Order: sequence, then C-alpha cells, then structure tokens
Amino acid sequence: MKLSEAASIAWEAILKNKVRSFLTMLGIIIGVAAVIIMVAISAGTEATIQEQITSLGSNLVFIQGSMKRGGPGQAPSGGLVFDDAAAIEEGVSGVTSVVVEQNSSSNIKYSDLTLADISILGTTSGFPSVRDMEIADGRYFTDKEIDRKQKMVVLGAALATELFGEEDPINQIITVGTTKMTVIGVMAEKGLVGTTNYDSYIFMPITVVFQKFTPSQFARFLGDSIRMIYVEVDPDENIEDIITQTRLLLVKRHDLTLDTADFTVTTQQDIISTQESTTSAFRSLLAWVAGVSLIVGGIGIMNIMLVSVTERTREIGIRQSVGATPDDIRLQFLTEALMLSVVGGLIGIGVGIGGAYIFGSLSDMRTVVQLGSVALAFGSAAIVGAFFGYYPANQAAKLDPIEALRYE
Amino acid sequence: MNAQRKIIETVDITKVYGMGDISVAALSGVSITIAAGEFVAIMGQSGSGKSTLMHILGCLSRPTSGQYFLDGEDVSQLNKVQLAGVRNHKIGFIFQSYNLLARTSALRNVTLPLLYDHSNPRKQEEADAKAEKLLEMVGLSGRIHHQPHELSGGQQQRVAIARSLINDPVLVIGDEPTGNLDSHSGEEIMNLLHTLHAQGTTIVMVTHDPKIAAHTQRTISLLDGKVDFITHNGHNNTQQKQVKHETV
Ligand SMILES: Nc1ncnc2c1ncn2[C@@H]1O[C@H](COP(=O)(O)OP(=O)(O)OP(=O)(O)O)[C@@H](O)[C@H]1O
Ligand SMILES: [Mg+2]
Repeated sequence: MKLSEAASIAWEAILKNKVRSFLTMLGIIIGVAAVIIMVAISAGTEATIQEQITSLGSNLVFIQGSMKRGGPGQAPSGGLVFDDAAAIEEGVSGVTSVVVEQNSSSNIKYSDLTLADISILGTTSGFPSVRDMEIADGRYFTDKEIDRKQKMVVLGAALATELFGEEDPINQIITVGTTKMTVIGVMAEKGLVGTTNYDSYIFMPITVVFQKFTPSQFARFLGDSIRMIYVEVDPDENIEDIITQTRLLLVKRHDLTLDTADFTVTTQQDIISTQESTTSAFRSLLAWVAGVSLIVGGIGIMNIMLVSVTERTREIGIRQSVGATPDDIRLQFLTEALMLSVVGGLIGIGVGIGGAYIFGSLSDMRTVVQLGSVALAFGSAAIVGAFFGYYPANQAAKLDPIEALRYE
Repeated sequence: MNAQRKIIETVDITKVYGMGDISVAALSGVSITIAAGEFVAIMGQSGSGKSTLMHILGCLSRPTSGQYFLDGEDVSQLNKVQLAGVRNHKIGFIFQSYNLLARTSALRNVTLPLLYDHSNPRKQEEADAKAEKLLEMVGLSGRIHHQPHELSGGQQQRVAIARSLINDPVLVIGDEPTGNLDSHSGEEIMNLLHTLHAQGTTIVMVTHDPKIAAHTQRTISLLDGKVDFITHNGHNNTQQKQVKHETV
C-alpha cells in the first residue's frame, strides 16, 4: 500500500467520524494553541521589559535603607537619613541628581468626602524626572517650597478623579490627616510601576512629611529617616565606581563597615534582571504546562485509536483476508493517528495565533507570536501523534485474521 | 486448464485449538486433493471442522501439522506476511456474512485486494475498469457506487464474489456463501458460481444444503475433523464411501 493510499484511507476514516475525530484532536489543539499563546505572552512581556530598559536608561541607582533595631532601650540605629542625600550629591562625583523619598499614609478629606489610608509620598523636586512621570495639570513643588515646608500637594491621577470628579482640583484646599493643604498639581496617569500604583498616591514636600506624618523623637540626633534615595548618574561615568564611592561614603557617615551596611544599593539593571529571571521562570512553567497538555492530547489520541482499533476489528479482518500484511495495517492506523495530530496541530496553530491576538487586544498584556513556537508546537504535535499512534497501530497489526473476522 | 494440475493437495492436516488441558482438535488428519477447474462442495455436521479447513485452504491460518500444497507450493510453513501475499495473489474468499467494508462503495470493495498487491501496483483507472467489468459480470453494473447497506444480501454476496475474482485467483473458496440467503438468492449465487466454474475457476465451497451440493462435481463430507466420505455428483448417484482415515 502506498503512502498516498494510506493517507486517503485515513482521511476517509477521519471524515466518517467527524465529531469523534474532533474530540480526539481537541487535546492536541489545546496543547498547540497553549504553547503558541504562552510563548507569545512571555515574548510580549520580554519586549515590554526591553522597552523599559531603553526608556529609563540604566543610569539610575536606588539606595534603600534597611533599619537595624538597637538593643533594648536603645534607639533604632541606621537606615537612611535625609542628610545622606545632600552628602552624596556633594561628596560623590558623576552624580547628576539626587532625589529622596519617604512614605506614610493618612486620611484625606475634601468637602464631605473622606478617603481612608491614602499612601503619602514625600519627595524632593526631582522625583517626576527620575521616575519618568509627567505632570498632567498644574506643577510639582520646587526646592524652595520644600525648604519652606509649604503645605502643598500633587495628586495621583486616579486619586484626583476620586476626590474631585469633574471639578478642577488646582488650588483647592484638602485636609490630609489634620493639616489643610493646597492642591497645586495632578500627575498624568502612569499605571503600575512594579507593584506600585502611583496613580492613587498623594505627593508632598518631603519636609512636610517629616514634620506632620513621620515625626520622630530621634530626628534631632539622627536626622529624618527616609526610605529611598534615587541617584541619577552621568551616563558617561562608570556606574560601578559611583556605587562604590556612595557605599563608602554612607558607611562612613553611619559609622559602619561595608559588611554591616544598613542600606542596599541596586541599579535599574539589577531590577530588570530580577524581573527577567521571574519571567523566564514563568515562561518555563508555561512551557511545562503546554508540554503536559500536548502529552495529554497524545494520550487522548492513543485512547481513541485503541477504541477505534477495537471497533474496526472486523474491517481489519476483511483487509487481512484479501492480503493486507501487518505492515499495511500498521501503516493505515499510524497514518490515521499522525493525520489526526497534524490536522489537530494545524487547527491549534489557527486557534493559538488567533487566541494570542485576541488575548493581546483584550488584556493589558502584550503578545508577540513567535514563529519558532509555532514550528515547535506543530512538530511536537506530529511527534506525539506518531508516538502515541504506534501502540494502537501495532495492536491492530498483530490481530489474527480469523479472530478479527469473527469479531462482532 | 490442465485437469491433472493439482490446485489443492493436503497431507494429513491437523488443527488443534487451544493449548494445554483444554485443547480441541478441529481437524485430525485431512488429506484431500482438488484438481484445477474442479467444483467441490464440503459438507458435514456443525463442528465437523469445515470452516477450520476452509481457513487453512484459504491461507487465513496454518495447520498445526501436516502439509498443504497450494498450486504446487508448500504454504503450510509460511509466515504471516507470506500468507498475506498468497491470499492476495492466489485466493478469492467468499464468506457467509459477505464481509464487505461498510460505508464503502461496491467498486471500492471490489478493488480492495489490489490495494495490497505490492508486487503489481496498478493505476486506479486500471483497477476500476477491471472491477467494473466484474461487477457487470455478477449483474451489478447499475450498483457500482452503492454501499453495502444499500444492497440486498444477494447483491452484497455478488459484490463479494466480484471482489474474490479481482486478483485472478487460482482458487475460490466459499464458506457457506449461500448460508445467509433465501433459496432464490442462493440459487442465483450458485448459478454465478456455475458460470465461473464453466470459465475454468477452481471452486471449493462449504454448504449445509444437499441441493446446493448437488450443483457441484464432488462432495467431501467431514466428520469429527476427518474426511468421512467423498461423493461424486452428477456422474452416478452411488455414494462411494471412502476408507476412513486412521486416527493420527
Ligand atoms: N478459535 C477456536 N478456538 C477453539 N476452538 C475452535 C475455534 N474455532 C473452531 N473451534 C472448534 O473447532 C471445531 C470445528 O469448528 P468449525 O468452525 O470448523 O466447524 P464447522 O464445521 O465450520 O461448523 P459450522 O457448520 O457450525 O460452521 C469446533 O468444535 C469448534 O468449537
Ligand atoms: Mg463453519
């Protein structure tokens, strides 16, 4: 029997049982589509990260305080303090700008409306620039206003809408905790940055935060504690040098050694790398899931093919009685299994590409269909079909002609 | 055809089913000879081993012991693949229950054996032309594209006969080919087999019906897996009781 004849017999057998053939292929369809969609999602995520790298540049250094508690009765020592920022700006060469951030939270009141537990971000004036944030309306506060501890705030986009709705927020007075403050600006919508949603934050001069929201009895001796210092460096300078200088300067100021440092220094690059390793872990998980579903699809094919061989025992007997050899029978059923998985694979490619496209346009996740994943998924489907088709085909080939003919 | 040419010669064929304690001896020493162009009936009680013998003669199974020469070739020791080749090239088998492929046209059923003719692959048109001619011969030229479920039992059996002839077999075997048919359709099938016989085809068929057996030249009667006696039909009516075979 020629392959073309085997193929046409297989094709007829598939068409004779359309619904069952489709159900058999379903596992393969899902498996192939899953591989394509999942690879498309992770490729999309990766592309987004790549864009973040290009847009943010790699010239930002983050210094985060890690509080070290003192012994009983002692003040908590260490962590970053406000004056550290000025010291870095003066003492480290190659630094273009230093921005400081401290967090708190409080209730906010405007006319009848009270919003509980709103995140407060005290910053210096360079914050929008280092975090790549735009002002949609009004302005951000200046260094002078920060020095004077002016009671003014800038609202995140979502928070502004929540508080003021259609009303113009600029120059309105709101009550933050117990302090009346003037709204001088509204940030443009930013979306999630990592896990932080700046859109629902309220921004105010860091000095006001020290005074009203994080007052500390130790501030007089230790300085006002801060959460984070952003150091923007000259892209032409060696970032590693600058990091080393900064670390040395800070441990000296804190009376510590590099081993006992009460802060951590990371770069934009480090953060991206962690993100990337997270996505690659995610991606290999997805690949496993997709691979397993392909195998399940293959087992489905084997299952149905075994049923099919049993059901068609008499047909096999008839073919054997007119001269079909075991090889002929094996070829027939193997071709059928292969064809089921290839057709399933083709449908899966359609579903996968379509699904990736629909998923990309319906969610905020980006999807990029990878040609390699299409080829890989299709190839695996064919291999799975051949692998799981072999056993049933072999069972069919081994049948005894008379037993097969006698089968009811 | 040469009347001396032996198409079938079996030597002390046995067939034992099952192994160990519960084995059944379906055939216990059958030696028969059938010459080219003969038309022979096989009779015997149910369970006497007729089908078992037909399966061996049709190369669907092998004897447990003994030799079977088909058209001069010892086929009793051939392997599965070789037996399939012999079935494909030399034998046409007609079953009681027709055994046509369901949801497949009469034409495709008839050409089926050619699909497995590895030594002589034919063009589809060539195969179809031959099958159409055979379907015409069995009186089904108007039913070429009908599927088995659209045909009567007698018509299905005629498709099966056409199929059995597509490979120009040296031997046509029927295991109760009229068994599922009413007497009228059975008569038609016998007429067809007569025509084939007249054209020189060697035919061996099992039947329970003495009237049907009377159509043939010789009747071989089996009893308990052995040849009981052989009757020559038509020439004279005296039954020549053969010497019973010794038990093996
Ligand atoms: N596959 C098998 N396994 C075991 N025993 C079998 C098998 N096939 C046939 N037999 C036994 O062999 C003996 C002969 O069976 P066979 O089918 O040849 O009889 P038969 O003459 O064709 O009968 P019938 O007229 O009913 O068709 C019977 O006793 C039967 O039970
Ligand atoms: Mg029988």
